[in-house]
Parts: sequence; structure tokens; C-alpha cells
Amino acid sequence: MEKKNYISPYLGGVLLGLVLLLSFIISGRGLGASGAMMKFVVAIEKFLAQGHVDSNPYLAHYGATGINPFNDWLVFEILGVIAGAFLSGLIGGRIKKETNRGPQISDKQRWIYAVIGGALFGFGARLARGCTSGVALSGGATLALGSWVTMLCIFAGAYGLAYFVRKLWI
Amino acid sequence: MFAPIAVLNDWSNGINYIFAFIIGIGFGWVLESSGFGNSKKLAWQFYFRDLTVFKVMFTAIVTAMTGLIFIDAFGWIDMSSILINETYLWSGAAGGLIMGIGFAIGGYCPGTSFTGFATLKVDSYFYIFGALLGMFVYGEVAPFIEPFYGGKYSGYMGTVTLQKFFGVSAGVVGFVIMIIALAGFFGAEWIEKKNGNIVKS
Repeated sequence: MEKKNYISPYLGGVLLGLVLLLSFIISGRGLGASGAMMKFVVAIEKFLAQGHVDSNPYLAHYGATGINPFNDWLVFEILGVIAGAFLSGLIGGRIKKETNRGPQISDKQRWIYAVIGGALFGFGARLARGCTSGVALSGGATLALGSWVTMLCIFAGAYGLAYFVRKLWI
Repeated sequence: MFAPIAVLNDWSNGINYIFAFIIGIGFGWVLESSGFGNSKKLAWQFYFRDLTVFKVMFTAIVTAMTGLIFIDAFGWIDMSSILINETYLWSGAAGGLIMGIGFAIGGYCPGTSFTGFATLKVDSYFYIFGALLGMFVYGEVAPFIEPFYGGKYSGYMGTVTLQKFFGVSAGVVGFVIMIIALAGFFGAEWIEKKNGNIVKS
């Protein structure tokens, strides 16, 4: 299928805002992403070492004996995200196996940096109790003070570091 | 008052999760069609080439925020039943900075990485693996950094909104954010005109 252009950012923003508003009206909560990843991590740890999960209060909160980490709103929301992105990509002709990167690095280098960046983001998201979806976007729309602080720090960290890692992207 | 519908009607988990899935479809659809499955498009915001992320995110925040302020003013929603993030100033700020560093290096955030996953972007698979690894490490060290995460060094302030913090009404905060967002949009358009290199598809 022919590759179609992305939609206008302002149209995308209004639609995203309406999805978020609907989430508050229907479910009483905002959108999220990293929380579902944590449930997945705890599910694996549970499978391998339930005793270890039980003895760590942070992990036990997610998956102590008798708690199923997948019995969670965010997990089903993320399954929907994957389905929705797949449908949109299918209609837009954008489902294509590829690695996006700057012109000065190889695919393999990009993959290594993706792991490093992902690990830092994952660690930071747990420390801040959520990521760009759950804190910056959803917390931002509810005007939560801490969420705005975290949002500004995300962009400060990224824009602050960008110059030093420009070889990865430009 | 009819919202939040799930809370006021005491929905079962099953119904809640069906709607979670449907809401997720909308979320994923908008992220992908805005171009957020492509890590280059996301990362180019940091080089002032493609400011789509800023525009989408702030338009979304203003839209949802305005909607919430109005349906609250109409008395249609029980805001005390809405999940509002509590403020942990220091752990929230430190976590944000670490996330930002990860964003510039990894090119995705967790939500957009699922969009890349669904459209077969190979780098997103590595990013997701990394994010799971980072969260695993966090889970293991969490008991040792508890004082900073939720204890006396976390800067815990409870559920504080901007309007409560500044002692004004939600409408005033909303209006100021709208003005800032509009100024930001004009600025973003100006920068893209001079320096822009938009990733179009």
C-alpha cells in the first residue's frame, strides 16, 4: 500500500486530547505506558522467583503471592495501543521492517543506543512514578504540580543532552 | 453528575478492561498517525528540526485540560474520583531528568515505543528490551532508595495541583497554559520555517 503522510500535529493533538478526556470521563484515570511494562517485568520475576518478589516491598506491591500483575487497566490499554497503532500503520502503508537513525551511525550502533536509552528511561520512569504518557500528558492535563515538574525535567534532560549525542541523529 | 462513569457505576474489572482496550486503540491510532512510531521524527525535536511532538502534546494537554475544567464547572464530573498524580518533588524531578537523557539517546518514550513495535520498527524492539531492563534494575534497587522515592527525601507534598499551589482558580491556570501553548506554537512554526526538516511519512 502507498505510504501516506502523517496527519497534522494540531489535528493529532486535538484527537489525543479527546481520547485522554474520554479516558478520564469513562475510567476516571488518564493514559499510561510504562506501568504496563513494569507489570510485565514483575510477571517474569514472579514466574522465576516468587519468593524474591514477595521479599521486596516494591515488587510485592505489583506481584506478591496471589496478585496477578496482568489484572490491570494499563495492561489492557497497552494491548489496545498496539492494536490501534497497527491499524493506523496498516491504513497509512507504514508497516515496514526498518531501523530509524541518523546517517552517521549503523543499524547495530542504533540498536545498542536504543537499549541504553531505553534502560535509562525505564529506570527514570519508575523513579518518577510514570513516563511521558502517565505523568507528562495525563498528569499535565489534570494540572498536577509534580507532573509539570517531571515534564519540564524530561524536556530539560533531553534538550540538554541532545547536543552531545547529535551524531546519533543528525 | 455522570462521570467518571466506571467509578460511579461501580463497573467490574471486565467491563473496565474492555474500555481500557478501546481507549488504548484510540491512543495508539493517534500516536501512529501523528508519526510517533518513527524514532527519528521523535528525536529531531531535540535539534529543532521537527517540533511535532511539542505541538501534539501541548494541543492534547490544552484540549483535555479545557474539557476537564468545563465538565467540572458544569458539575458533570466528580473530580475527587479522578486519579490525580501525587507530587514527589525530588524523585519526580530526578526521574524526569533521567527519562530525558534516555529519550535523547534512545529516541523513544515507552508509549511511542509500543507504536514502533506495532509497525515493525526494529529499533523499538531494542528500546523496549532496554526499558524492561531498566525497570528490572529499578525494582531490585528500590528498597535501598526508598527514602528518596517515597520517604523523607522525596519531597512529598500530597495531591497538589497548580491552582492549589498558586492559590488561584483552575480557570486562571488553564488560561495561562493556553496562552503559553499558543506562544509556543507560533514559536515552533517560526523555528520550523527557518530550520525545519519535517519527517513527513
